[in-house]
Amino acid sequence: MSNDKLRVPTMGQCMAEGRKPEVLFWVGSAGSFDDRAKKITRAFVKILNKANVDFAVLGTEESCTGDVAKRAGNEFLFQMQALMNIEVLNGYGIKKIVTCDPHSYNCLKNEYPGLGGVYDVIHHTQFIQDLINSGKLNVTGSLYKGKRITFHDPCYLGRANNEYDAPREVLKKTDANIIEMKRNKQTALCCGAGGAQMFKEPEKGDKDVNVLRTEDALRTKPNIIATGCPYCITMMTDGVKNKEKEDIVKVMDIAEIIATAEEL
Amino acid sequence: MEYLSNILFAIVLVAGIGFFTKNVLRLSRNIKLGKDVDVSDNKPQRWKNMAKIALGQTKMVVRPVAGFLHIIVYAGFIIINLEVLEIIIDGLFGTHRIFASLGSVYNLLIGSFEILALLVIVAVVIFWIRRNIIRIKRFVNPEMNGWPKNDGNIILYIELVLMTLFLTMNAADYQLQLLDVPHYAKAGAFPVSQFIASLFSDMSISSLIVLERTAWWLHIIGILCFLNYLYYSKHLHILLAFPNTYYGSLEPKGKLNNLEAITKEVKLMMDPSADPFAAPAEDDSVPEKFGASDVKDLSWVQLLNAYTCTECGRCTSSCPANLTGKKLSPRKIMMDTRDRLEEVGKNIDANKGVFVDDGRQLLGDYITKEELWACTTCNACVEECPVSISPLSIIQDMRRYLVMEQSAAPVELNNMMSNIENNGAPWPYNQMDRLNWVEE
Repeated sequence: MSNDKLRVPTMGQCMAEGRKPEVLFWVGSAGSFDDRAKKITRAFVKILNKANVDFAVLGTEESCTGDVAKRAGNEFLFQMQALMNIEVLNGYGIKKIVTCDPHSYNCLKNEYPGLGGVYDVIHHTQFIQDLINSGKLNVTGSLYKGKRITFHDPCYLGRANNEYDAPREVLKKTDANIIEMKRNKQTALCCGAGGAQMFKEPEKGDKDVNVLRTEDALRTKPNIIATGCPYCITMMTDGVKNKEKEDIVKVMDIAEIIATAEEL
Repeated sequence: MEYLSNILFAIVLVAGIGFFTKNVLRLSRNIKLGKDVDVSDNKPQRWKNMAKIALGQTKMVVRPVAGFLHIIVYAGFIIINLEVLEIIIDGLFGTHRIFASLGSVYNLLIGSFEILALLVIVAVVIFWIRRNIIRIKRFVNPEMNGWPKNDGNIILYIELVLMTLFLTMNAADYQLQLLDVPHYAKAGAFPVSQFIASLFSDMSISSLIVLERTAWWLHIIGILCFLNYLYYSKHLHILLAFPNTYYGSLEPKGKLNNLEAITKEVKLMMDPSADPFAAPAEDDSVPEKFGASDVKDLSWVQLLNAYTCTECGRCTSSCPANLTGKKLSPRKIMMDTRDRLEEVGKNIDANKGVFVDDGRQLLGDYITKEELWACTTCNACVEECPVSISPLSIIQDMRRYLVMEQSAAPVELNNMMSNIENNGAPWPYNQMDRLNWVEE
């Protein structure tokens, strides 16, 4: 990816300039700190810049949604985080949020409203699909033409919120050859990171979940395993390494595929 | 003496239904041990879900073989039970085939019952083979050892016997009709049992009558026994699938409820004008327990879920933790919840209506921490359940208890949570560095 300067205004700057961006990009903790996920964040911002989207981020005013604490069972910590974030979000009068993390997406969309944070929350695959459909973004590059891509459904985008089509529709625009795993959409297997598993060792068993899911994916003989979640990216990347296939199979986020297709 | 059989029938019927009613009351008492939860919203959608999922079997057919066979048995039992109405009227009033006056409609009904009965027998045999010969994995998971396995087979045997009795009864009746025996007026069509009847062609009229009466009595007694077996069996789903799909969640699967009691406390903590030394509000109620360690901490819908579970194991067969050899099995979560609830119910019965602490609880004595912490909250179990059960909601409530009441999270999760508390991210990075990715 080229290293042209990204244009990333913060809500604070926008407020100082007296303007209200159309949409807030919720970067999330993984997107802010995890080295692999930061690449997804940058790729998505390149798309936003290219499509001239009027957006901003919270920057240092953003904090963990509390989702992972909630799943671990710590409702106190979740609600503390949620109420603090809602104060910031409502303070800026935010109406619309886009995020690359299905866990933040689910939490902001379904669990914040009950605590006073009501927003129109969109996953970045849905946002990219909208940009393409409304003509604000054209996918013309042929980098992925004919490439075998299999899409791994993140649980919190798919089963949790019934969004199976947006990422697939976006992938189709690259003229890639999209091959479904046997377990897909409603029956997709988890990558193994959900429910706070990302932050702990797995319980005793005979296999790791990410390895099982990677086997599902490798059966489609893919060039690329695509997904739309930073945690899935980590788990699938580890799975591919475990199977020693990292030289021939790439694990990529939809945003990265679109950004590279357009040589952004 | 003339009315002896009518009286006997009435006694059997009243006893069968009476005992069943007693168990229904016990069932309802046990379910109400759960916490109250408001499920009075969006009635039209709830009726629609019940019609689609329970009546329409839409989630059963996701797995086509089992789904198709299940529809046969389901339709068979609902439709053939119309026949039970006739049997009850005949039994009480000493009539024979009271609905025979419907003429060709009656022939059509009896004929279709027979075909369905045959199909049910075929389906039941295939089900038995799947459980006992092919041994499909979800039927032989560890939690199925012992009673659950036997229960599954007993149900199949009862269904087989009931259908055989139904056809035998019709076959003997048909044979008697052919012999122009009075009281056995020509009525009904017997597309299946006519073949059985040919086996009876050498029998005397009196033995045929004995055979017909025996099959008739055993059939209705068998049905009443089956009805009463339900409470002790996983087979309760034939009744509870309907309320369970009605009360099932209408929210997106990803939405986990926010605990209101905690909202109050957190808001108070965050309120700068709150006086930390103020006397607690005059509210002498016991502070609410966070999360669930026993069945009474769960909601009544979750307890209804437990009684509704028919142990089909679709949840477990799709659970990523279970598929990779971890101890967690969502089906076991439901079975444990029901077993513990039954234990609590029996305790209440034995102690004149009051629960006496037995030093046991759902957490630890039934469900272990290891199972709870293996869950990825992926919702595969919830998606799979053909009758809208959520094992995940019970897992989540028990995690809440472990973390908020016992501070018993795995140490790595405690680290993650203190990171969130200290620097607003699950990793130990400074919040002030949140925008560094822009320049990297």
